[in-house]
Amino acid sequence: MHEVSIMESAVRMAVDAAKSAGASRVLVLRLRVGTLSGAVPEALRFAFDVVCRDTIAEGASLEMETIPAAGWCPVCRAEFECADFISECPRCHNPNGELRRGRELEIASVEIN
Amino acid sequence: MCKECGCGLGGGDVKIGGHSHEHGHEHGHDHAHGHDHHHEHEHPHGSKTLSLNLSLLEKNDRLAEQNRGFFRAKKLLALNVVSSPGSGKTTFIRETAAKLAGKLRVGVIVGDLATDNDAARLRTAGIPVVQITTGTVCHLDAEMVSKAAAQLDLDKLDMLVIENVGNLVCPADYDLGEDLRVVLLSVTEGEDKPLKYPPMFHSAQVAVITKSDMAAAAGFDRKLALQNLERVSHHARIFELSAKTGDGMKAWLDFLGERQAAVAAK
Repeated sequence: MHEVSIMESAVRMAVDAAKSAGASRVLVLRLRVGTLSGAVPEALRFAFDVVCRDTIAEGASLEMETIPAAGWCPVCRAEFECADFISECPRCHNPNGELRRGRELEIASVEIN
Repeated sequence: MCKECGCGLGGGDVKIGGHSHEHGHEHGHDHAHGHDHHHEHEHPHGSKTLSLNLSLLEKNDRLAEQNRGFFRAKKLLALNVVSSPGSGKTTFIRETAAKLAGKLRVGVIVGDLATDNDAARLRTAGIPVVQITTGTVCHLDAEMVSKAAAQLDLDKLDMLVIENVGNLVCPADYDLGEDLRVVLLSVTEGEDKPLKYPPMFHSAQVAVITKSDMAAAAGFDRKLALQNLERVSHHARIFELSAKTGDGMKAWLDFLGERQAAVAAK
């Protein structure tokens, strides 16, 4: 369950940013999670409550934006939807697509006061 | 994902070479990203939004880059060997090191949840080895590798092989600073492993089909396995071998020789 490690980093970043900005609470933490990031949103949510405990983020809400995966076909010069890591272009069947989006695991912003 | 293993919760349990290390927090935050990047705006009710836009793996990625720079400076070829438990990582690494003896000097870092059995197996073969027991953590990270590497005499090595924890899920997200990520697929595991664990197979530069001597007994469909590998990791170099019989090892060893020479020439 590497989601716990990942959520620990997220909360640490949020708390550090809030403290540097002179805030006393983290109210909302916003993440971007790609569908191919390897992290499971439910597991992240479960970890969130645990790792926020006894920090200035305790009681904060977690908002997660899911980023659908997209591949890029060098032949069609266009993007295609990529449900898994299979990088075959559905139009021309070129197998050498390049993954453009879907691996995101980022902290987008925090709301503080 | 592996919801049972509690990765990260028991960070204090990590032991490197038999000694306990505090894991995780001492590197703190150096604020290299500065706060002028933060975009703030006030809300009417007194709260405000700070834009951060940072990767959650940023700390690991940064430490991995440090490792990579360090290994390059030492002219070491670094491999991160990943697979499910029981795919034959330790035998594969032991035979690779044994067959390279006299040509390339190989050191190994081994990660396991518990026991130092794998390290003992390699040590018996005369290979310099450091065991990391991760306790409950289901993957190695760049910081553990950096601490373990400090216990090896890297100036006397040409190649560093990192045997990751047997797990095809979590290690995929953690760069260790390796030159090559090598994923193993044994013939006894089923041809569809690459389709079941695409993030890991996609992230590897090298895929090795192991235990090829057992292919017939396991009813292994070679063509289907190669097809699946190529669908998920079309960019990867594929080797098929048996570490036990030595069959197919030559192509793999030649490849390592070339890659090590390229690293040493930089």
